Amino acid sequence: MTRALIPTGLGFNCEEESAYAFRRAGAETAVCDIRDLLAGKVDLFSFDALMLCGGFTFADDLGSGKALANVLRFRLMKTPAGEMPFVDAVRRFVSRGSVVLGVCNGFQILTRLGLLPGSASQDCTLAANDSGRFEDRWVSLKVNPRSACVATRGMETMELPVRHGEGKLVFAPGALERVVAGNQHVFQYVDAFGRIAESYPENPNGSPLAIAGLCDVTGRIIGMMPHPEAHVRFEQHPRWTRIRRACREEGRAVPEGAGLQLFRNIVQHCQEVRPCETPLSESS
Amino acid sequence: MHRIEVAFREGIRDPQAERVEELARALGIAAGVRSVTVYAINAELSGAQLTRIAEELLADKVTQRYSVDAPLSAAYDILVERGYLPGVTDNLGRTAGRQVGLLFSELPVHSSTQFLLKGASVADAQRLAGRLANPLVERVTIVSAEEVRRKGGSGHPTPLVWHHSEPTVEQFSLRQMDSGELLALSRVRHLALSLEEMRAIQRHFPRDVSDVELECIAQTWSEHCKHKEFNALVHYVDIPSGRTETISGLFPTYIKGATAEIEKRLTALGKNYLVTVFHDNAGIVRFDAQRDFAFKVETHNSPSALDPYGGALTGILGVNRDPAGTGRLGADLLFNTDVFCFGDPFSREIPPETLHPMRILEGVHRGVRDGGNQTGIPTVNGSLVFDARFMGKPLVFCGTGGFMPSSVLGNETSRKRIVSGCVILMAGGRVGKDGIHGATLSSEERTASTPATMVQIGDAFTQKVMLDMVRELREKDALAGITDIGGGGLSSAVGEMARLSNGATVDLAKVPLKYPGLQPWEILVSESQERMLLACTPEHLEQIQDIAAERQVELTVLGEFTDSGLLEVFFSSALVGSVSIAFLHDGLPLKRIEAIWTPAALPEPSVPEPGSLLAELSRVLSRLNVCSKESIVRQYDHEVKGHTVVKPLTGARDDGPSDAAVMLASLDGNAGLAIGHGICPRYSDIDPYHMACNAFDEMVRNIVCVGGRVPDLDAGDAVVWSVNDNFCCPDSLYSEKNPEGKSKFAAVVRACKGLHDAAVAYGIPLTSGKDSMKNDFVHEGTRISIPLTLLCSGAAKLDDVSAAVTMDVKRSGDAVYVLGMTRRELGASEYYAMRGVPGGRVPEVRFADAKMLYRRLNSAFQLVESCHDCSDGGLGVALAESAFSGGLGMEVDLAKIPRDEELRDDELLFSESASRFVVTVALEHCAAFEQAMAGLPFGRVGSVMQEQSFSVTALNGHVEELPLPSLKESWLSTLRGVP
Repeated sequence: MTRALIPTGLGFNCEEESAYAFRRAGAETAVCDIRDLLAGKVDLFSFDALMLCGGFTFADDLGSGKALANVLRFRLMKTPAGEMPFVDAVRRFVSRGSVVLGVCNGFQILTRLGLLPGSASQDCTLAANDSGRFEDRWVSLKVNPRSACVATRGMETMELPVRHGEGKLVFAPGALERVVAGNQHVFQYVDAFGRIAESYPENPNGSPLAIAGLCDVTGRIIGMMPHPEAHVRFEQHPRWTRIRRACREEGRAVPEGAGLQLFRNIVQHCQEVRPCETPLSESS
Repeated sequence: MHRIEVAFREGIRDPQAERVEELARALGIAAGVRSVTVYAINAELSGAQLTRIAEELLADKVTQRYSVDAPLSAAYDILVERGYLPGVTDNLGRTAGRQVGLLFSELPVHSSTQFLLKGASVADAQRLAGRLANPLVERVTIVSAEEVRRKGGSGHPTPLVWHHSEPTVEQFSLRQMDSGELLALSRVRHLALSLEEMRAIQRHFPRDVSDVELECIAQTWSEHCKHKEFNALVHYVDIPSGRTETISGLFPTYIKGATAEIEKRLTALGKNYLVTVFHDNAGIVRFDAQRDFAFKVETHNSPSALDPYGGALTGILGVNRDPAGTGRLGADLLFNTDVFCFGDPFSREIPPETLHPMRILEGVHRGVRDGGNQTGIPTVNGSLVFDARFMGKPLVFCGTGGFMPSSVLGNETSRKRIVSGCVILMAGGRVGKDGIHGATLSSEERTASTPATMVQIGDAFTQKVMLDMVRELREKDALAGITDIGGGGLSSAVGEMARLSNGATVDLAKVPLKYPGLQPWEILVSESQERMLLACTPEHLEQIQDIAAERQVELTVLGEFTDSGLLEVFFSSALVGSVSIAFLHDGLPLKRIEAIWTPAALPEPSVPEPGSLLAELSRVLSRLNVCSKESIVRQYDHEVKGHTVVKPLTGARDDGPSDAAVMLASLDGNAGLAIGHGICPRYSDIDPYHMACNAFDEMVRNIVCVGGRVPDLDAGDAVVWSVNDNFCCPDSLYSEKNPEGKSKFAAVVRACKGLHDAAVAYGIPLTSGKDSMKNDFVHEGTRISIPLTLLCSGAAKLDDVSAAVTMDVKRSGDAVYVLGMTRRELGASEYYAMRGVPGGRVPEVRFADAKMLYRRLNSAFQLVESCHDCSDGGLGVALAESAFSGGLGMEVDLAKIPRDEELRDDELLFSESASRFVVTVALEHCAAFEQAMAGLPFGRVGSVMQEQSFSVTALNGHVEELPLPSLKESWLSTLRGVP
């Protein structure tokens, strides 16, 4: 069985629904304090997927995700293979086929660490929304079919909430061009007609090319501002009572939460690359 | 002292500076603004070390640049630097200081912000600075670019605390004091004790009394902790009936009394779900076999009036600690609620010495938003109420609900188990002079390095990390008890818990301090935030200390609970205070209050009929109390945790105003909660009794709108509900300065009677609450009193959240119904307020009728497509909101509205009669729905239309029509983009 690890603590706050999303997608999950992961009390390499979830790590003082990224850069992580920087551990983890998903604050941390879009150093940042405000707003997303992302296979569009004040991608010179050339822009915000969103509020933060999420060149490190774990049950959609009526009239069952497929894809990918070994002792 | 400056690179947007630019424009200053964040580091570091700190830790590589010990920019005219006063919580500085520990060792860092103004004069900057900083917590330096160049920096002072004094304990010989001296002592030390109370202390102590003892008693006996007015013996005269009553306390008689009556009936049914009510930090009800639900609502009015951001932030974080400090192990927090009462944010004139209502709105909103968002607790329900009288004192209500397992590792969790020998622990933040009542402040000279004490700024991160640790302790069943350290500080927290074992001993010298120089009594009563008091048996101590160390939460053993009958306070080895627990909690003399009720003599209103009904409707929709609050709501995270299934914003475009929130109890089940509230302070102007009845009824019907069920205890049908009542009263004690005190207190009495009658009639228990007295603003003889305000906040159990309904119409062709009777009840309505009409009949709640209607609607709920509460602005508003939130038109025939008296068109449309709904039903279900409602007042008033128009047929058959978008625009525009 696929095993997913969701670190929490230090201001992460979406661990419960993230673990639920993975469980609903068929994974076993563990939630641990990120300090326990760094201290070697939890072994990253006994998992198939790592999710850095949403939250306000260190209250986003210094900028979203920056303070926690600093901790991960300067505190070595204890692993069975010895002490190493978190970034190195993640690269090893991914190189054997495992998946890392960063959502919202998790995405912000991955970019600050240089893991996304992925080069030797940091080449993009999630800066303050053009609106200057934190907003909770549901958006429509289009999936880039040419992306290497392992989480989006077969997916085309989905509706998810964004809940952030700093979600606008700002790239170092040349980085955006590399991202586009490599089809690393996995998600883009779209308008009601499915066109790339050119303006607020369909593009909620002013990201260039309405980019909402990125993956690295392997497609196994994925980061996104919208929250897939917030839409794994039908009733989490803000207009579910309207959809319920339409389904009744059309005689069809109500749909499942659109974010669920993303977790299923991750689970399925992990099953393909790394079949289950031993059962997880401390599942949560 | 070194300074690192960080700013955004050219071409990168700087939202903080953009906001200031906007603010400057509003003041008529056309200046360009850039911002710079300054980190002042008080340590010996080399240039290379400082560069590493800036490069590796503080500045973002892609978007920012930095400088070390040199000004970062020269391209400006005037620099405005804003920093904190000494001792004020500086979250950014704290995080930066900790981060330095990643490279070197942790250091004290102080943050400040520079605004670089281009095209502004010093006078402009001075005007702007008045809006940028709050002198209670911040200070500002204004310098020209030239001066900065000359001096090599802005010269802004670093807020170092230099406040050294030897710990001393003062003794008072109360026995020798006469009345005048006793009162003078109470006044000088800001004890807020009356002569009678001072006398009680004088009688109790055969010896001198220490400042520690005096302060401890004053805290425990404060209005905040003891609710003296709600427990006072009241002599009540009802002038109209000529009857006189003696009431042995409003709280025991009406509030606890109502719940006791309901509890008796629940017990008789074998369905008593009340676990503990009124005596813990939050009321607890049994949700199901595995879970209890705890819910608390608090106010934080005065701090929010002084520093809206800090006050509201500590308000929301403070109420979080109530459910988190309830029971033996605390609750896991599930949701926040917030209700604000402000003056008109667009008013041109404000009372002297007050902040502008827009500034209060902006700051309070930001505080509540940051507190909820940063700790990952969704804000799911709330409202804003506007009235000019809130200009003097804004009301800020914050609520939090959460679940606790009813047992952990086989042990019951709802009651604290404090016995002699239990260890007393303090967890969380350090103690400073924050929130001390200012006794020293007034007696000592304020200097540039005196710590600010009056208001404080919350620290969401410290609290989040602390509550995460508490969750671990809960899972391990490690605690004997937990409580919040809030009002009254350690004194109240320890004193309250010590009642359970009948004694405690603490050593104040062990308390970790933010800075040296606090006197023992200050340590005891400081209200420094983000702290919890924990109790454990000695066997669990090591386990708890290990977990706290791992989670980097400061944890200190302060002493132990005893059964000595005394609260004994030490400073190191010296006993500095010893007060009997019995005296502390039961020695307070009963207060006696006179109350005389004379109904307001208001004229019979005469209102000319309006020319156009829909023009009037548009105007009502644009009123502050009715209009869309989308911009405010959207900035709250209302769905973190994934439990929120009816969100505050709903409908076709996610902008319809939900009547109540619906939350899942757990992600993988269908049971849940409906959360709603009711508040209608303006009805107090006519009759506070009906104000209270309407507030309770509005809460009930809001919850009914989404699927909440009303119990019928006569039929043996109990439904789990938990209600908080929160009173905010004007100063209601008679004195020469407050000559209307007796009638004001009579108003409080009447409101309590109304609340009691409503709760008992519905069989819905009050489980917790709070009263806040003296919400007045007095300046040079003018007094602004708030209208007597009652907020009822309720949560009702739902068996299946997937049966919930939202307020937006769903399909063209659906039938529109109005349920409930409309009467000529426009007294204190939005419509009369708009037309400038005083007086009239205030809505009266007919409980028996209302309950029958709600029960029938409950039973027919599966036939309903949308359901919307009818309150402020009446049916007109409810119909219009239902239509445009669903993105569909509507036609309505006023003749079909159920009524039992002759009403005019405008009265039908804008009356605020209680207990009414606007409901839509699909055509195929209309027959069944009408059968279910047979015999009750309901009318099929029209239908939903595809066409984007809103049309009303008047009683004379005349049809008036307005495009839906224009109606909606009236509703959207008033507070668009605010704040």
